[in-house]
Amino acid sequence: MAQTLTTLPPGGAGTILQVELPEESRSRLMELGLVPGTVVELLRFAPLGDPLEIHFRGCHLTLRRHEADHILVDPMPAAGSASAGA
Amino acid sequence: MSSVSDPSHPLGSPPGSARHPGMSPANRDPKEPFYVVLTGNPNSGKTTVFNALTGLRAKVANYAGVTVERKEGRMQGVPEELRIRVLDLPGTYSLSPQSLDERISRDVLFNQLEELPAPGLVVVVVDASNLQRNLYYATQVIELGHPTVVALNMVDVAEANGVQIDDRRLAEALGVKVIPVVASTGKGVPELRQTIQSAVRERPMGADRLLLELPTPLRQATRTLAQQLAAVGGPRKVAPEAEALLMLSNEKALASNPERYPGEVHEMVKHLRGRLEAAQVDWHSAAIEGRYAAVSAIQEQVSQGVAQGETFSDKLDRVLTHRLWGTLIFLAVMALLFQSIFTLARGPMEALQAGTDWAAGWVAGVMPPGDLNSLLVDGVIAGVGAVIIFLPQILLLFLFIGFLEDTGYMARAAFLMDRIMGKVGLHGKSFIPLVSSFACAIPGIMATRTIENHKDRLATILIAPLMGCSARLPVYTLLIAACIPDVRVLGFLGLPGLTLLGMYMLGAGVALGMAWLFKRTLLKGEPPLLIIELPPYRLPLAKTVLRHMWDRSKVFLRRAGTVILGINILLWALASYPRLEGPPAGGAEGAVQAFAGEEEDSLALRHSMAGRLGRLIEPVIEPLGFDWKIGIGIVMSFAAREVFVSTMSTVYSVSENGDVTEGLAQVFKQQTRADGRPMYTPLLGVTLMVFYVFALQCVSTVAIVRRETNSWKWPIFQWFYMAVLAWGFAFLTWRVGLWLGYS
Repeated sequence: MAQTLTTLPPGGAGTILQVELPEESRSRLMELGLVPGTVVELLRFAPLGDPLEIHFRGCHLTLRRHEADHILVDPMPAAGSASAGA
Repeated sequence: MSSVSDPSHPLGSPPGSARHPGMSPANRDPKEPFYVVLTGNPNSGKTTVFNALTGLRAKVANYAGVTVERKEGRMQGVPEELRIRVLDLPGTYSLSPQSLDERISRDVLFNQLEELPAPGLVVVVVDASNLQRNLYYATQVIELGHPTVVALNMVDVAEANGVQIDDRRLAEALGVKVIPVVASTGKGVPELRQTIQSAVRERPMGADRLLLELPTPLRQATRTLAQQLAAVGGPRKVAPEAEALLMLSNEKALASNPERYPGEVHEMVKHLRGRLEAAQVDWHSAAIEGRYAAVSAIQEQVSQGVAQGETFSDKLDRVLTHRLWGTLIFLAVMALLFQSIFTLARGPMEALQAGTDWAAGWVAGVMPPGDLNSLLVDGVIAGVGAVIIFLPQILLLFLFIGFLEDTGYMARAAFLMDRIMGKVGLHGKSFIPLVSSFACAIPGIMATRTIENHKDRLATILIAPLMGCSARLPVYTLLIAACIPDVRVLGFLGLPGLTLLGMYMLGAGVALGMAWLFKRTLLKGEPPLLIIELPPYRLPLAKTVLRHMWDRSKVFLRRAGTVILGINILLWALASYPRLEGPPAGGAEGAVQAFAGEEEDSLALRHSMAGRLGRLIEPVIEPLGFDWKIGIGIVMSFAAREVFVSTMSTVYSVSENGDVTEGLAQVFKQQTRADGRPMYTPLLGVTLMVFYVFALQCVSTVAIVRRETNSWKWPIFQWFYMAVLAWGFAFLTWRVGLWLGYS
């Protein structure tokens, strides 16, 4: 079932279904590796609640909620570390 | 500016042939340098590889017309007559650029910059511990068809994470040579150097194919466009297929330089995109997805072992980005940074000041008195002093920033602070430059180079001088001593201290407000995508940090120094001419003369251009409650704020012996207006301080903004908007104060 990246619990993971952002942002996020099928782990939110840190394909990135709200993921049932995969 | 040409380029040749027209060794002019272009993702250790190859000598300049750092150096450890130069491109994620830095990288690799010849060899630095994303860019670069070598960096980190990479298989998959290195320890660097040296003669081929699978319609479209590109003439600088794919996939590839391609190419791209849309191929993303599928496959082929769950870096992050501990540690780091710029720099700054004073005294003593003496002492030496006085703070700040960046903490600081900065439209990376500006706006402004987004960087530069820098402190100290009664508020807070705090807060508060305003008006734009990469923590190399510090400081000394010196000489002339016509000092009257000397200096200053300017601007500052004497102080303060103190002591003929501030404060207290009321009342003191909070009275800042924005437009705008703020807020303070019954 699709949900947005920000609704994952910290430590939870999901598989990217779609990035629904303006073309430029979408392309850039995809170029950084957030293509559909990628497993993403939501590590934590910053102390003030925004941005958030994610882990995928072996790297760590921060995104603002503003963008992460438009990334749709299919949550993975069991907690596990995100491994690379496309 | 390529020294080669290709008269015999066969028109209409199929892509893949005649890949490097005119770039054969026979055509190379031995006097032209052989350019090794170093490129790779940010945080791939590119700079460490660069330092390992070039030793400690590098030339840092800007690319023509933009403030992107162009760093190059001669390669060490090879015969000098080979003239091998290494060019360190800015960190880049993709050949579809989204920042100025990335555009420069693309333009260099596409050989589109006038100032650089075609790359002789491209070295792509790939972080072995972050293989997929690094290979995404590396494969794009390899496909361009230049002679290319991959430096597989940080193999030690990958191994520590439990992953081993088979470099031979990787070389097979990529079609280019792969050299495993650990740039930080120098492992593999001799092999890399050897490979580069032999490339000068052997010219290894780049890849002659695309390294990814594309959906059939996109593959066909790419081929069609590539054939057209090969047919339209002109020497082909990169492989047509790679160029075609980038043009089809990236909306801005054509729009960013439309004149480069003839109309028929534009038409063709439009036509092909239409066909792709009809075939339901998303031309924006199909190549990206295809490339990630390809690099995932390559990674699986070449790596052995499974990455362990949680690395040391992950564990450290649990603390350093923790809600409570992370915040506390961050505040402690900031306090340390701020304190050290303030206190550690003080000693060297005083020593530099003493040295300048000594030199001035020495020159004044050995030279016959006169205009030349005065020019040298008060113009040149004082001007040089005004430049080097900032050096300790700049060195310290860049030492800190270099350390924070190279450890990886800087990215975490941005992560922690982003929310607060986001409220006014800036982002986390603006925080450290702004905090630094409390010590001095110059290093703060120079530190904005870490902000990739142009508009965010500009907004940060524009507000940085509103942070209360240390040069304002002498002015505040003097005015508080003279005007603010030392009484307690609420029983325990001193009014002088509160006033000082108030000035700092006023500056910072209005700065954030202005950032908000600029980002909504002048620097309006789509909110940039904020992506901060959080690289694994690393122990920084002392050599790299020190080198960074020195490079930045050199830039300040050389570029800003000349402007600062020039304007100081101009201000000296304003304060010295026209001369007061008076009887020359006679020998017998020496003692009397010395006694009257201070009075005479005061008269001379009033008579000078600066004095006249002070009177000239009196109508402008009169509504603020200021008189023309304060006007002189303000005029001269445009060199630097702290000059106010020495100027006012000359205006009021205060002896330079002893504590100037203390003596001057006493003199201020005795001043009266024409009607006998005291001049320096608490209200006037506050009004004048408010003026100093906002006015851009610092030649050095103007010079550095000019340099960092590469135009006079922004420093002039900044000067005026701050002048308007200064006048407006001072007027408001004065009027409201009068209305409330103060005088």
